[in-house]
Amino acid sequence: MNPAHIDAKQGGGWLGAYVVAYLVFLYLPILLIPLFSFNNSIQAAFPLQGFTFEWYATLFGNSALSGALANSLVIGATAATGATLCGITVSYMDLYGRSPFAATISAIARLPILIPGVIVGISLLILVNLIGFGPSRTAIVLGHILVALPTTVVIMKSRFAAIPKTIREAALDLGASDWTTFRRVMLPLSLPAIVSAFMLAFLTSFDEFIVAFFLAGTEPTLPLYIWSQLRFPKSLPTVMALGTTILAVSFVIAASAEILRHRGLAAAQRPVPADLSKPEETERGELQWHST
Amino acid sequence: MSTIGATQPLPESRSSTGFRLAMLLPGALVTFFLILFALGLVVFLALRGNDGSLLGAGFTFANFITVASDPLYWTVTLRSLAIAGLVTLATVVTAYPVAYYLAFHAGRRRGLLLFLVTLPFWTSYLLRVFAWKIVLAYNGVLNSALIESGIWSEPTLAFLNTPAAVVVTLAHAYAPFAILPIYVALDTIPKSLLEAASDLGARPFTSFRRVVLPNSMPGVLAAALVVFVPTVGDYVTPALVGGPASTMIGSLIQAQFGKANDWPFGAALAVAVMLVILAVVLVVRSADRRFGSRS
Repeated sequence: MNPAHIDAKQGGGWLGAYVVAYLVFLYLPILLIPLFSFNNSIQAAFPLQGFTFEWYATLFGNSALSGALANSLVIGATAATGATLCGITVSYMDLYGRSPFAATISAIARLPILIPGVIVGISLLILVNLIGFGPSRTAIVLGHILVALPTTVVIMKSRFAAIPKTIREAALDLGASDWTTFRRVMLPLSLPAIVSAFMLAFLTSFDEFIVAFFLAGTEPTLPLYIWSQLRFPKSLPTVMALGTTILAVSFVIAASAEILRHRGLAAAQRPVPADLSKPEETERGELQWHST
Repeated sequence: MSTIGATQPLPESRSSTGFRLAMLLPGALVTFFLILFALGLVVFLALRGNDGSLLGAGFTFANFITVASDPLYWTVTLRSLAIAGLVTLATVVTAYPVAYYLAFHAGRRRGLLLFLVTLPFWTSYLLRVFAWKIVLAYNGVLNSALIESGIWSEPTLAFLNTPAAVVVTLAHAYAPFAILPIYVALDTIPKSLLEAASDLGARPFTSFRRVVLPNSMPGVLAAALVVFVPTVGDYVTPALVGGPASTMIGSLIQAQFGKANDWPFGAALAVAVMLVILAVVLVVRSADRRFGSRS
């Protein structure tokens, strides 16, 4: 593979041990949540008291919880659709629109990375009050589109850039209109990336708390419901059972998005230009690793 | 690569205006309306007096004068900067060896490791913060583990509700943000540079200090930025594990839009935070240029 692997044996041992320790630090606190969700005690403390499914049973038949879950699913699906649509069009026009306007839009679309959630929240709170519909599920959808936008733009841009230019040129040369080329050639070729962008946008929305906190009306999302329950020590085990379920589902979605993205990138031929934002740089790294 | 303009002016000239408009519309709506206009509203509101109405009344600099003259806001802003700075330093320093391992030593395990370090990023932020509350609480995991093992005889209150708890929790929550940019910067260093260094007699450490480290600085700076920005405005972590001694600027903004109900003043605080972030971005940019960004 590459020459750097020659020194893989020298000094890799200590570093490997460090990486393992780092992963333990990363996962240990998170894994406490599933651990205590099966613990037969109201307190989250050692020693463990015994195994129980009791807390999972309390999740069923809780109407506030199922309402919040339904809200989160609807908001997540809507926001992910919006963010993915924007990600596709913004990155496509940035690459092929050849206008400074399209490039400007693409640059601004990645700006929310540099805005703390609290400011996204209050700016949209002022906006939705000005428009008139106020804090509501629609308001949260708008907020989550903004939060997920940098990710979807970056994923779609690196995918479009990885499609050989000749394919699009061939379509245009053979007389396909811009629209036909986009719909019949470019979209099918980038389908894995579209699905992966949608899933990651959905996850972002599903787990998002900071922005939703400002924009929620009378219908809370799941993280807002969890926040409201954190105040009561009695509902702690239920929160952990819920948290474990969410962790498990998030894990499955993130893993499948990752697999899809790799499948899409495996066909990639050349590296894409990177900028300061994180995910695009991942793409670039992975492109290299697939091409070795 | 960049010969599109020269090679086919023909297909592009057929570009239909309708297609372009339809493709530009969603992005234009979101970026100009939801981002630029909404941020403009914050700046506008910051310049208004509070009369309980949505957009306030009368133009005034009073909000900014209060922010600049009241020592409370200086204390909280400096504390936010200190906490966010420490979190950034901790995440970047601890992430660097992991990124280094990923780039130079991981071999076949690289894909799995990359997935493992990014996975926590996709799990609930609220739950990650909450997990630390379980660890640090009076009757929590750390205290009960210390007592079980006989190191301490009584649980201590010293862990939870301290600025240190905020730093540890935030460093844990934002750890995945730091690894990826550094990894990419390390991975894209031309291997010929490393070979040249060792051919010319540089010891491994010298080659790291003089070649690898300077070349990875753009990634380190990008990592610092993506960790610093969300932490400096955070209000959830201080509320859950920080206690009153670690109120951050995000908590104050949130309070102005909640209990205190002084939106114009909250907007002024938000503008102040944006200015601080802008200053940090400019510093990072100029540092990035000094290290000769390859991105």
